[in-house]
Amino acid sequence: MASALINVPAKAKLGDIIEIKTLMSHIMEPGYRRTASGETVPRDIITSFTCRFNGTEVFRADLFPAIAANPFITFFTTATGSGKFEFEWIGDKGFAETTSASIVVE
Amino acid sequence: MHDESTRREFFGLAGGAAMLAVTLRPAEATPTMLASAIRNVVGTATVQTGKVKLEIPPLVENGNTVPMTVSVASPMAPEDHVRSIHVFNEKNPQPNIGNFYLGPQAGRAQVSTRIRLADSQKVVAIARLSDGTFWSASVDVVVTLAACTEEVI
Repeated sequence: MASALINVPAKAKLGDIIEIKTLMSHIMEPGYRRTASGETVPRDIITSFTCRFNGTEVFRADLFPAIAANPFITFFTTATGSGKFEFEWIGDKGFAETTSASIVVE
Repeated sequence: MHDESTRREFFGLAGGAAMLAVTLRPAEATPTMLASAIRNVVGTATVQTGKVKLEIPPLVENGNTVPMTVSVASPMAPEDHVRSIHVFNEKNPQPNIGNFYLGPQAGRAQVSTRIRLADSQKVVAIARLSDGTFWSASVDVVVTLAACTEEVI
Protein backbone atom coordinates (compact mmCIF):
# COMPACT_ATOMS: atom_id res chain seq x y z
CA MET A 1 0.00 0.00 0.00
CA ALA A 2 1.36 3.28 -1.03
CA SER A 3 1.82 5.94 1.55
CA ALA A 4 3.02 9.50 1.42
CA LEU A 5 4.88 11.69 3.87
CA ILE A 6 4.38 15.43 3.44
CA ASN A 7 6.02 18.25 5.32
CA VAL A 8 4.33 21.64 4.89
CA PRO A 9 4.58 24.33 7.58
CA ALA A 10 1.21 24.66 9.36
CA LYS A 11 1.55 28.45 9.51
CA ALA A 12 3.39 31.09 7.51
CA LYS A 13 3.41 34.85 7.02
CA LEU A 14 2.12 36.29 3.78
CA GLY A 15 4.94 36.38 1.25
CA ASP A 16 7.18 33.90 3.12
CA ILE A 17 9.08 31.41 1.01
CA ILE A 18 8.28 27.98 2.42
CA GLU A 19 9.91 24.62 1.81
CA ILE A 20 7.75 21.61 1.01
CA LYS A 21 9.13 18.10 1.44
CA THR A 22 7.41 15.08 -0.05
CA LEU A 23 8.11 11.36 0.07
CA MET A 24 6.05 8.66 -1.62
CA SER A 25 6.71 5.00 -0.91
CA HIS A 26 7.28 3.27 -4.23
CA ILE A 27 9.70 0.62 -5.52
CA MET A 28 10.70 2.67 -8.62
CA GLU A 29 11.71 -0.51 -10.48
CA PRO A 30 13.91 0.85 -13.26
CA GLY A 31 13.15 -1.90 -15.80
CA TYR A 32 16.79 -2.77 -16.43
CA ARG A 33 17.33 -5.30 -13.66
CA ARG A 34 17.29 -9.04 -14.27
CA THR A 35 16.37 -12.04 -12.17
CA ALA A 36 18.85 -14.89 -11.70
CA SER A 37 17.15 -16.69 -14.62
CA GLY A 38 17.82 -13.74 -16.89
CA GLU A 39 14.35 -12.25 -17.26
CA THR A 40 14.01 -8.50 -17.22
CA VAL A 41 12.00 -7.12 -14.33
CA PRO A 42 9.41 -4.86 -15.97
CA ARG A 43 9.58 -1.14 -15.34
CA ASP A 44 7.33 0.13 -12.54
CA ILE A 45 8.01 3.76 -11.70
CA ILE A 46 6.23 6.98 -10.80
CA THR A 47 6.38 9.14 -13.91
CA SER A 48 4.79 12.36 -12.73
CA PHE A 49 4.46 14.40 -9.55
CA THR A 50 2.32 17.54 -9.29
CA CYS A 51 1.68 19.98 -6.47
CA ARG A 52 -1.29 22.38 -6.69
CA PHE A 53 -2.22 25.17 -4.31
CA ASN A 54 -5.96 25.91 -4.22
CA GLY A 55 -6.23 24.27 -7.62
CA THR A 56 -3.35 26.09 -9.32
CA GLU A 57 -0.22 24.15 -10.23
CA VAL A 58 2.82 25.41 -8.31
CA PHE A 59 5.32 22.62 -8.99
CA ARG A 60 5.53 19.64 -11.32
CA ALA A 61 8.15 16.99 -12.01
CA ASP A 62 8.69 14.28 -14.64
CA LEU A 63 10.44 11.32 -13.05
CA PHE A 64 12.62 8.74 -14.80
CA PRO A 65 14.05 5.39 -13.67
CA ALA A 66 17.10 7.30 -12.40
CA ILE A 67 15.06 8.61 -9.47
CA ALA A 68 15.76 6.51 -6.37
CA ALA A 69 13.13 4.27 -4.76
CA ASN A 70 10.62 6.08 -2.53
CA PRO A 71 10.88 9.36 -4.43
CA PHE A 72 11.80 12.22 -2.11
CA ILE A 73 11.28 15.64 -3.63
CA THR A 74 11.64 19.00 -1.95
CA PHE A 75 10.89 22.39 -3.46
CA PHE A 76 9.88 25.91 -2.48
CA THR A 77 6.80 28.06 -2.89
CA THR A 78 5.61 31.48 -1.75
CA ALA A 79 2.85 31.69 0.84
CA THR A 80 0.14 33.62 -0.99
CA GLY A 81 -2.78 32.88 1.33
CA SER A 82 -4.41 30.21 3.46
CA GLY A 83 -5.51 27.13 1.64
CA LYS A 84 -4.79 23.59 0.66
CA PHE A 85 -1.85 22.01 -1.12
CA GLU A 86 -2.75 18.95 -3.15
CA PHE A 87 -0.12 16.43 -4.15
CA GLU A 88 -0.52 13.88 -6.90
CA TRP A 89 1.73 11.02 -8.00
CA ILE A 90 1.03 9.12 -11.22
CA GLY A 91 2.95 6.10 -12.45
CA ASP A 92 3.14 2.81 -14.31
CA LYS A 93 0.59 0.02 -13.79
CA GLY A 94 -2.15 2.54 -13.01
CA PHE A 95 -0.41 3.97 -9.97
CA ALA A 96 -2.21 7.13 -8.78
CA GLU A 97 -2.06 8.58 -5.29
CA THR A 98 -3.11 11.91 -3.88
CA THR A 99 -2.77 13.60 -0.54
CA SER A 100 -3.19 17.13 0.76
CA ALA A 101 -1.97 19.51 3.45
CA SER A 102 -3.41 22.78 4.69
CA ILE A 103 -1.60 25.99 5.55
CA VAL A 104 -2.73 29.03 7.51
CA VAL A 105 -1.20 32.26 6.22
CA GLU A 106 -1.34 35.35 8.43
CA MET B 1 37.43 -38.41 -27.59
CA HIS B 2 34.10 -38.22 -25.92
CA ASP B 3 35.55 -35.93 -23.28
CA GLU B 4 37.01 -33.70 -25.95
CA SER B 5 33.69 -33.18 -27.69
CA THR B 6 31.94 -32.40 -24.40
CA ARG B 7 34.66 -29.89 -23.67
CA ARG B 8 34.25 -28.31 -27.09
CA GLU B 9 30.48 -28.25 -26.71
CA PHE B 10 30.84 -26.67 -23.33
CA PHE B 11 33.04 -23.89 -24.64
CA GLY B 12 30.78 -23.44 -27.61
CA LEU B 13 27.77 -23.09 -25.36
CA ALA B 14 29.61 -20.86 -22.93
CA GLY B 15 30.72 -18.63 -25.78
CA GLY B 16 27.17 -18.48 -27.10
CA ALA B 17 25.83 -17.62 -23.69
CA ALA B 18 28.42 -14.87 -23.30
CA MET B 19 27.44 -13.43 -26.69
CA LEU B 20 23.79 -13.56 -25.69
CA ALA B 21 24.54 -11.84 -22.40
CA VAL B 22 26.40 -9.08 -24.22
CA THR B 23 23.57 -8.46 -26.68
CA LEU B 24 20.89 -8.60 -23.97
CA ARG B 25 22.66 -6.17 -21.68
CA PRO B 26 20.76 -2.87 -21.66
CA ALA B 27 22.53 -0.26 -23.71
CA GLU B 28 24.43 2.19 -21.61
CA ALA B 29 23.66 5.84 -22.28
CA THR B 30 26.55 7.30 -24.18
CA PRO B 31 27.80 10.87 -24.37
CA THR B 32 25.91 10.99 -27.70
CA MET B 33 22.66 10.00 -25.97
CA LEU B 34 23.33 12.62 -23.30
CA ALA B 35 23.87 15.24 -25.99
CA SER B 36 20.68 14.28 -27.84
CA ALA B 37 18.64 14.25 -24.60
CA ILE B 38 19.89 17.76 -23.91
CA ARG B 39 19.09 18.78 -27.51
CA ASN B 40 15.51 17.55 -27.02
CA VAL B 41 15.11 20.04 -24.20
CA VAL B 42 17.08 23.05 -25.39
CA GLY B 43 16.51 22.75 -29.14
CA THR B 44 18.96 24.89 -31.03
CA ALA B 45 19.62 27.32 -28.17
CA THR B 46 23.11 27.57 -26.76
CA VAL B 47 23.63 26.43 -23.18
CA GLN B 48 25.78 28.73 -21.10
CA THR B 49 27.71 27.65 -18.03
CA GLY B 50 26.82 29.39 -14.77
CA LYS B 51 23.91 30.47 -12.56
CA VAL B 52 23.16 26.80 -11.78
CA LYS B 53 24.55 25.06 -8.72
CA LEU B 54 24.47 21.26 -8.68
CA GLU B 55 25.24 19.66 -5.33
CA ILE B 56 26.02 15.93 -5.29
CA PRO B 57 28.59 14.21 -3.08
CA PRO B 58 31.71 13.75 -5.26
CA LEU B 59 32.27 10.24 -3.87
CA VAL B 60 29.19 8.04 -3.58
CA GLU B 61 29.27 4.67 -1.84
CA ASN B 62 25.82 3.48 -2.93
CA GLY B 63 24.55 4.51 -6.35
CA ASN B 64 21.01 3.44 -5.47
CA THR B 65 20.31 6.58 -3.52
CA VAL B 66 22.36 9.67 -4.12
CA PRO B 67 21.19 12.98 -2.64
CA MET B 68 21.12 15.80 -5.16
CA THR B 69 20.21 19.48 -4.91
CA VAL B 70 19.96 21.86 -7.84
CA SER B 71 19.63 25.58 -7.23
CA VAL B 72 19.63 28.48 -9.66
CA ALA B 73 20.60 32.07 -8.92
CA SER B 74 17.42 33.89 -9.91
CA PRO B 75 15.23 36.63 -8.40
CA MET B 76 12.16 34.44 -9.23
CA ALA B 77 10.18 37.53 -10.21
CA PRO B 78 7.38 37.39 -12.81
CA GLU B 79 9.66 39.05 -15.38
CA ASP B 80 12.77 37.02 -14.53
CA HIS B 81 12.42 33.49 -13.19
CA VAL B 82 13.38 29.86 -13.73
CA ARG B 83 10.80 27.96 -15.76
CA SER B 84 12.30 24.50 -15.51
CA ILE B 85 15.29 22.49 -14.36
CA HIS B 86 16.38 19.37 -16.25
CA VAL B 87 18.87 16.84 -14.90
CA PHE B 88 20.79 14.38 -17.07
CA ASN B 89 23.41 11.68 -16.65
CA GLU B 90 26.04 10.23 -18.90
CA LYS B 91 26.16 6.49 -18.18
CA ASN B 92 22.87 5.21 -16.73
CA PRO B 93 20.82 3.04 -19.15
CA GLN B 94 18.96 6.20 -20.13
CA PRO B 95 20.15 9.80 -20.03
CA ASN B 96 17.24 11.53 -18.24
CA ILE B 97 17.02 11.85 -14.47
CA GLY B 98 14.21 14.34 -13.93
CA ASN B 99 12.48 17.45 -15.22
CA PHE B 100 11.22 19.98 -12.67
CA TYR B 101 8.82 22.76 -13.62
CA LEU B 102 8.72 25.88 -11.47
CA GLY B 103 7.30 29.35 -11.77
CA PRO B 104 7.74 32.78 -10.22
CA GLN B 105 5.58 31.66 -7.29
CA ALA B 106 8.33 29.24 -6.22
CA GLY B 107 10.21 32.12 -4.59
CA ARG B 108 13.43 30.13 -4.63
CA ALA B 109 14.69 28.07 -7.55
CA GLN B 110 15.86 25.03 -5.63
CA VAL B 111 14.90 21.37 -5.93
CA SER B 112 16.24 18.35 -4.05
CA THR B 113 15.73 14.66 -4.67
CA ARG B 114 17.56 11.33 -4.51
CA ILE B 115 18.84 9.77 -7.69
CA ARG B 116 20.38 6.53 -8.98
CA LEU B 117 23.75 6.34 -10.66
CA ALA B 118 24.81 3.19 -12.49
CA ASP B 119 28.47 4.16 -12.78
CA SER B 120 31.00 6.85 -12.03
CA GLN B 121 29.97 9.60 -14.38
CA LYS B 122 29.08 13.16 -15.12
CA VAL B 123 25.72 14.62 -14.03
CA VAL B 124 24.44 17.71 -15.82
CA ALA B 125 21.74 20.15 -14.67
CA ILE B 126 20.24 22.65 -17.10
CA ALA B 127 17.90 25.51 -16.16
CA ARG B 128 15.53 27.18 -18.58
CA LEU B 129 14.92 30.82 -17.69
CA SER B 130 11.86 32.93 -18.50
CA ASP B 131 13.89 34.92 -21.06
CA GLY B 132 14.51 31.70 -23.02
CA THR B 133 18.18 31.27 -22.10
CA PHE B 134 19.64 28.00 -20.82
CA TRP B 135 22.26 27.73 -18.08
CA SER B 136 24.05 24.62 -16.88
CA ALA B 137 26.33 23.06 -14.30
CA SER B 138 27.93 19.64 -14.26
CA VAL B 139 29.55 17.50 -11.60
CA ASP B 140 31.70 14.39 -11.88
CA VAL B 141 30.67 11.71 -9.41
CA VAL B 142 32.58 8.58 -8.42
CA VAL B 143 30.25 5.68 -7.56
CA THR B 144 31.44 2.58 -5.67
CA LEU B 145 28.27 0.44 -5.82
CA ALA B 146 26.36 0.84 -9.07
CA ALA B 147 22.56 1.01 -9.31
CA CYS B 148 19.96 0.07 -11.94
CA THR B 149 21.38 -3.06 -13.56
CA GLU B 150 22.19 -5.36 -10.67
CA GLU B 151 20.62 -8.81 -10.43
CA VAL B 152 17.40 -9.20 -8.48
CA ILE B 153 17.71 -11.92 -5.88
